[in-house]
Amino acid sequence: MGEPLLDAVLSILIIVGQILLIVVPLLLAVAYLTYAERKVIGAMQLRQGPMTVGPFGLLQPLADGAKLFLKETVIPATSNKVVFILAPMITFTLAMIGWAVIPMGAGLVISDINVGVLYLLAVSSLGVYGIIMAGWASNSRYAFLGALRSSAQMISYEISIGLIIVSVLICAGSLNLSTIVEAQRGLWYFIPHFPMFMLFLASILAETNRHPFDLPEDEATLVTGYNVEYSSMAFALFFLGEYANMILMSAIASILFLGGWLPPFDIAPLNWVPGPIWFILKICLVLFVFIWARATLPRYRYDQLMRLGWKVFLPLSLVWVVLTSGFLVAFDLLPN
Amino acid sequence: MPEIQMRNFTMNFGPQHPAAHGVLRLVLEMNGEVVERADPHIGLLHRGTEKFIENRPYLQSIPYFDRLDYCSMMMQEHGYVLAVEKLLGIEVPIRAQYIRVMFAELTRIMNHLLNLTTMALDVGAMTPLLWGFEEREKLMGFYEEVSGSRMHANYFRFGGVNRDLPAGLAERIDAWCDSFVHVFNDMDNLLTENRIFKQRTVDIGKFTVEQCLDWGFSGPMIRAAGVPWDLRKAQPYDCYDRMDFDIPVGKNGDCYDRYLVRMLEVRESLKIMKQCLREMPEGPIRPDDRKVTPPPRAEMKRSMESLIHHFKLYTEGVHVPNGEVYAAVESSKGEFGVYLVGDGTNRPYKCKIRSPGYAHLQALDALGKGHMLADVVAIIAAMDIVFGEIDR
Repeated sequence: MGEPLLDAVLSILIIVGQILLIVVPLLLAVAYLTYAERKVIGAMQLRQGPMTVGPFGLLQPLADGAKLFLKETVIPATSNKVVFILAPMITFTLAMIGWAVIPMGAGLVISDINVGVLYLLAVSSLGVYGIIMAGWASNSRYAFLGALRSSAQMISYEISIGLIIVSVLICAGSLNLSTIVEAQRGLWYFIPHFPMFMLFLASILAETNRHPFDLPEDEATLVTGYNVEYSSMAFALFFLGEYANMILMSAIASILFLGGWLPPFDIAPLNWVPGPIWFILKICLVLFVFIWARATLPRYRYDQLMRLGWKVFLPLSLVWVVLTSGFLVAFDLLPN
Repeated sequence: MPEIQMRNFTMNFGPQHPAAHGVLRLVLEMNGEVVERADPHIGLLHRGTEKFIENRPYLQSIPYFDRLDYCSMMMQEHGYVLAVEKLLGIEVPIRAQYIRVMFAELTRIMNHLLNLTTMALDVGAMTPLLWGFEEREKLMGFYEEVSGSRMHANYFRFGGVNRDLPAGLAERIDAWCDSFVHVFNDMDNLLTENRIFKQRTVDIGKFTVEQCLDWGFSGPMIRAAGVPWDLRKAQPYDCYDRMDFDIPVGKNGDCYDRYLVRMLEVRESLKIMKQCLREMPEGPIRPDDRKVTPPPRAEMKRSMESLIHHFKLYTEGVHVPNGEVYAAVESSKGEFGVYLVGDGTNRPYKCKIRSPGYAHLQALDALGKGHMLADVVAIIAAMDIVFGEIDR
């Protein structure tokens, strides 16, 4: 007696432990990503960024979190309250669960499933629900327009992301993320697939609603768009979700194109550094591109964004899929 | 089957909106993202300036002009003092003319820095704003040095300016002109050839020359359409006739050309400022007319007459003869005109202000029809509207 029960409790504890192991560092990373963003943009704009809370403003993210936590949650009287509250939870949860399949190093992954790429695509496609629910439930016109823009945009760019990933998959011959990384030993995919790498970077900017594609929260026209009615923790969940998504997308970019946890060259001083460190460095590099774009570029208009997605990114990635597969078949390089 | 009534989506854009540039309330009728009708509601910042002016001695009205278009303060003082000077029939000493022209151009740069960078912000580029405002702060510092105030200067006077330039200011402004060019070039590089910026502004809010004339456009708005109309050249006031500068003119009359015209105007203004600094003679800064200019303090201690003049000037103010006058300056936004009727007393019988922004804003529906929501924001930004002058 008690054996099966103990087992069940133990396995649940392990799962909870694994979740915490991912979520806690992730939330910390999100907090300091906002700090890094403000510092980097500050430097680009000839100012200092946060400097008052703690040394060099290092405690600023915590202060921001505390502020949002202590604010009153305002739920608009005309909103659909259940959906209104559900929306930020969905956004946040989806941003978190994507991490289950991300390998941090060789074997360092919570669930090493064979369809990791499909899982990630599914999770990121679901992300649009949080936004469209928020926009609809707020019962505000700005929020509604923001949500409409956002859903159109995310769907359009997911298609090109999907095709870009297909080119990588053909080369790697697997949907398992760890296998994809191992297949890049020797040659990272961003070299042969350089145009696709660029398209992928642009697409993930669009997918996460960041500059120059941040139409759903276009400050100048929609006053932050879909989350305009949100306050306090509900807003914080959207915010955390957005930044966690940025990190997730950067992680995917480094896995697919930058060789995941692999060192740049497999030679003495470089391969002493543990894999996760390389992985984190690569994520930071991609995140820097996110921030850099935000500081320098103006914003696309809604129709221009759609045109770019459907008339430029989609055909290009389609052509590249054909080229890649043709090349691999012609020279008999297809992976088994 | 019953007929379904389709209704356009009505959106209230402002008055508390980040892109409304003040207190514009814009009722937009939209078909999806496309604007079918744009209906600007004005008056939320109405203060009755013109009526105030009719109830105050002439001198006390100068600060009201700072507060009309609060982005180009001294230019409007300029329009007002020119009108009063015309009525009084007084001459402005040449040094004062140079100082006024220099500060008017400095103000133009200040205004354009604000407008160009916020336009960039409205189409999503936020870095130029912070670069531009750094320089704008320095210009406000120059304002403070001559007038004691960073914004609402109250510096121009009938027949001249309030005080001469403090020691060293001319050199500091000169040095600023040299260093500013680099910052401005950086801004230029970041925006002007940026593809996204061009996509957002080229062919947006297009107006032909005829339309511009019909709607009463002036300033960069009409110059962007290709009309080289600039009051500084067309009817030079103060010492503009001695200045060597060009009038930038656009071709297409769209938001991008308006942006380009303003960018070039900043460079022309720098040229004028440099020339003023180079050629500014020594001399008095106000006419030696005790009915207009208060006597120096030292003289008041000795001369009874001066004391009386001082007392009369600061209790009653300037007495302006009968007559009506219209004086206009090329303000940073267009033709800023002041129409005054003097009746021989110390306050105007009537004051009417012609603000360029008012004429521009009324064309918003015509400019914005058929464009998308995000374009309306760009159009408003390129219009350079400031509600202080529109609502008055």
